[in-house]
Amino acid sequence: METAVFIVCALIVLAGGLGVVSSRNPVHAALSLIATLFGIAVLFLNLGAELLAVVQVIVYTGAIVVLILFVMMLLGVDSEEDLETEPLVGQRLLAGLVGLLFLGAILAIIIIGKESIVTGSHSVTSAISPTVSNITQIGTELFTTYVFPLEVTAGLLTIAVVGAVVLSRRPRDLEPIPEPESMTDMGDEPLTAIPEEGAH
Amino acid sequence: MGSNLSLAYLMLSAILFVIGGVGVLIRRNPLVMIMCVELMLNAVNLSFVTFGKMLDDISGQIIVFFVMVVAAAEVVVGLALIVAMARRRPGATADDLRTLRG
Amino acid sequence: MVELVWLIPALPLAGFLLLVFFGKRIGEPRAGWIGTGAVALSFVTACVVFAGLWNEPEHTFEASLFKWIPAGNFNVDIGILLDPLSMAMVLFITGIASLIHLYSIGYMHGDSRFPRFFTYLNLFVFSMLVLVLGDNLVLTFLGWEGVGACSYFLIAFWFEKEENASAGKKAFITNRVGDWGFMVAIFMTFFAFGTVTYTEFLPMAPGLAQTTATFIALMLFVGAIGKSAQIPLFIWLPDAMAGPTPVSALIHAATMVTAGVYLLVRVNPIIAASASWIPWMIAIVGIATAFLAATIALAQQDIKKVLAYSTVSQLGYMFLAVGVGGYSAAIFHMITHAFFKALLFLGAGSVIHGMHEEQDMRRMGALRRIMPVTAVTFIIGWLAIAGVPPFSGFWSKDDILAYALHKSPILYVIGLITALLTAFYMSRLVFRVFYGDSRWGESAEGELANLNAHTATDAADAGAEDHADAHEDSHADTHAGHGAVHPHESKWPMLVPLIVLAFFAATAGVLNLPFTENLEFLNRWLEPVVGENQVHLHLGGAQLTFELLLSTTIALLGIFAAYMVYLKKKIDPSRIELPFFANGWYIDQGITAFMGGIGRKGFELIAMFDKVVIDGAVNGVGRATRGGASRLRAIENGYVRWYALMIGVGAVLIVAFVMTQVSF
Repeated sequence: METAVFIVCALIVLAGGLGVVSSRNPVHAALSLIATLFGIAVLFLNLGAELLAVVQVIVYTGAIVVLILFVMMLLGVDSEEDLETEPLVGQRLLAGLVGLLFLGAILAIIIIGKESIVTGSHSVTSAISPTVSNITQIGTELFTTYVFPLEVTAGLLTIAVVGAVVLSRRPRDLEPIPEPESMTDMGDEPLTAIPEEGAH
Repeated sequence: MGSNLSLAYLMLSAILFVIGGVGVLIRRNPLVMIMCVELMLNAVNLSFVTFGKMLDDISGQIIVFFVMVVAAAEVVVGLALIVAMARRRPGATADDLRTLRG
Repeated sequence: MVELVWLIPALPLAGFLLLVFFGKRIGEPRAGWIGTGAVALSFVTACVVFAGLWNEPEHTFEASLFKWIPAGNFNVDIGILLDPLSMAMVLFITGIASLIHLYSIGYMHGDSRFPRFFTYLNLFVFSMLVLVLGDNLVLTFLGWEGVGACSYFLIAFWFEKEENASAGKKAFITNRVGDWGFMVAIFMTFFAFGTVTYTEFLPMAPGLAQTTATFIALMLFVGAIGKSAQIPLFIWLPDAMAGPTPVSALIHAATMVTAGVYLLVRVNPIIAASASWIPWMIAIVGIATAFLAATIALAQQDIKKVLAYSTVSQLGYMFLAVGVGGYSAAIFHMITHAFFKALLFLGAGSVIHGMHEEQDMRRMGALRRIMPVTAVTFIIGWLAIAGVPPFSGFWSKDDILAYALHKSPILYVIGLITALLTAFYMSRLVFRVFYGDSRWGESAEGELANLNAHTATDAADAGAEDHADAHEDSHADTHAGHGAVHPHESKWPMLVPLIVLAFFAATAGVLNLPFTENLEFLNRWLEPVVGENQVHLHLGGAQLTFELLLSTTIALLGIFAAYMVYLKKKIDPSRIELPFFANGWYIDQGITAFMGGIGRKGFELIAMFDKVVIDGAVNGVGRATRGGASRLRAIENGYVRWYALMIGVGAVLIVAFVMTQVSF
């Protein structure tokens, strides 16, 4: 049963991931992302992480993806992207090569190493309890062992909120950034900071 | 659950991570790039939970919790940057923003 | 209670931080009250800590707050050493600083940079406390540089005037010469002992090789003469009077310039372990400075210049005390001097303020009727510095002279002559400012005819006028040329500090009365710090009486002489106020001539070396970098995706490397 769930969900996840990368329309990409996130939520359930599965659905699909979609609509940047051309010569080739090499290396490690790739001691923080519910256990750990990191995340979120407000506020003297084309020639002139000769 | 299934989870995680990474490298729309980064983060989360299960340790799930918080903060700031950018240069892609270079 | 000691420097630091970020918004006069409150609270804390220190063994308390520089076997902690010496320093620093802060609220009223003034003052007090409380040489050096920087900021506070800005630079550069010596001494100390913490290396000092100890003591002395304005590095202090008068009182009279004396007293075991010519040199430099500065003070026309040279002279006395082994006498004189010299400077500031920024004594006179409080307090300060019993200066100066006599009669005689000169020039100042006829608003030239004009007066005159202009915004209505000057008494924030300081200037002598050992409170208090190396005097009744009577006679003689010259006008002042003295023995001019003449040739040689070798190397590196960079620049094309790809390549390389290292 678990294997069956895994296979179905893995297919959903991969299809969604490929969809994000290959959709020309960003809205379609966002919808594909939702599929992926749901798939992973189910996989979390399958792994016994009930709380994370719920949070995944609420926070990721419910908040983050909706926020992305909202920004998309707000700015009208949902125009389709031309995926046929690539302005950077060799970028796609190299990207594919790097991706394949990386994936090949990781898969090779997993296949060759089997369980021995997981090093380290077992149950350092605390073992996953079969009796206490998942949410109780995570809550207890968060407010005992991990209480300091938890408080720090509160600071992080506050900073992020303030940063977002500051960044997205419309400045009074709004000037468009000049097009890069007008600046391209700038870089090829000789540097003047260092004098040619030592004499002053 | 057999340990082979755990390894399958890790492989799925690796594949998803590479898909997201390649997406960041080839897409030009900054919003799509952010979504690809989310894919990568989710791939890592999946591996964390799997490792936690293999080691029978609850901290694998707790770190995912923290990753989600950081990811939320990152998305908020990233989207604010995109909004600020779009105000000044409507329709700009990541490739258009290249004044900062050697 | 003694654990609260960290609060003493922390409170002025808090005041500084508050004012540096919100000073402008806080504005006048609240910024002044915050600054004053921070230092006053620090003083209260110091009193509480003082009470607690009585119960500590040997009256010493050490606290390490945190590690600062842990580098191999070189460890510097931010630590506090509270012993009788630093406690005495802390008490009078915070006490006098609180009074001067309060005074500044009145004095700086209407200044456009009022909050900034208090920002600097608080930073200064913090640095000074770090200097005296630091438990190692590096921390002391941090405070040392901090007070130097604040001194620079505050001398050049009215930097719109070229003269003020250059005076600040002169102070800074002259201090640098001394700081070099201090730094070398720190390096040598670490080299010799492997530590720079006082409580660790001072007990080891007696076992040190004499040459090493001599070298360290010499370098520390170089540092001390820079900060404490001794020959030959005293030239910056008279120019430092360009700063606002409270600054002159706090930094250039009471606290910062005594840092050199503090340093020498602190390292007294090193001086004891060094060659015997080191104490002699300290004593000779001290007495020479005292004498030279006193002669210069005879002929100054600017009221603050007189006090500045007088400060240099009194610091010379303190160095004399250190040199002859009277460490407790040096600290005793430092404390009494802090009281009466701060009082004199603040009184002078009150006069300058009341006279609408007039600093030239030739345009003062008869002010005692208009400024009664200022006059009475100033006269107390005058009697104290002149050495009239029972005021504080009499006891401390006499203490030093007693130690000097123990070492050598010559030092004693020169010390007495200097005391005579001190009484004379201070009486001259008082008679010309508070007695005689009023010469307010008179042009200096009219007086000049009487005084046989000499070159320096023009310079002093110009300085005084410029100074007035710099501060005229607050008094634009009254400061109209030299015509109508209406002196007035200052307001209460300026008078309260004067009265408090006058009380202490009159009575601080009880800290260390020489009659019986029981009355020598300061001697016994400082015993744990300086006891081993202090010369112990046991004066017989007859000798003591003789010395006290001689000192009193000398002081009264000086006052009487000034009375005959300046009030009875029996002798023409120009026969005493020689141009040679007025120009400060032509030392400034000499330095200028040397630097412009022979010295310049040497500097040009160095500049050539700099240009050809150093610049050549630097430019060569620059050209090589540029050549390489223009090729590497192609990678940096500005595409964020390209950069991300490079990260990916790096990740693949790392994974590949890891795979070669791991075997399953």
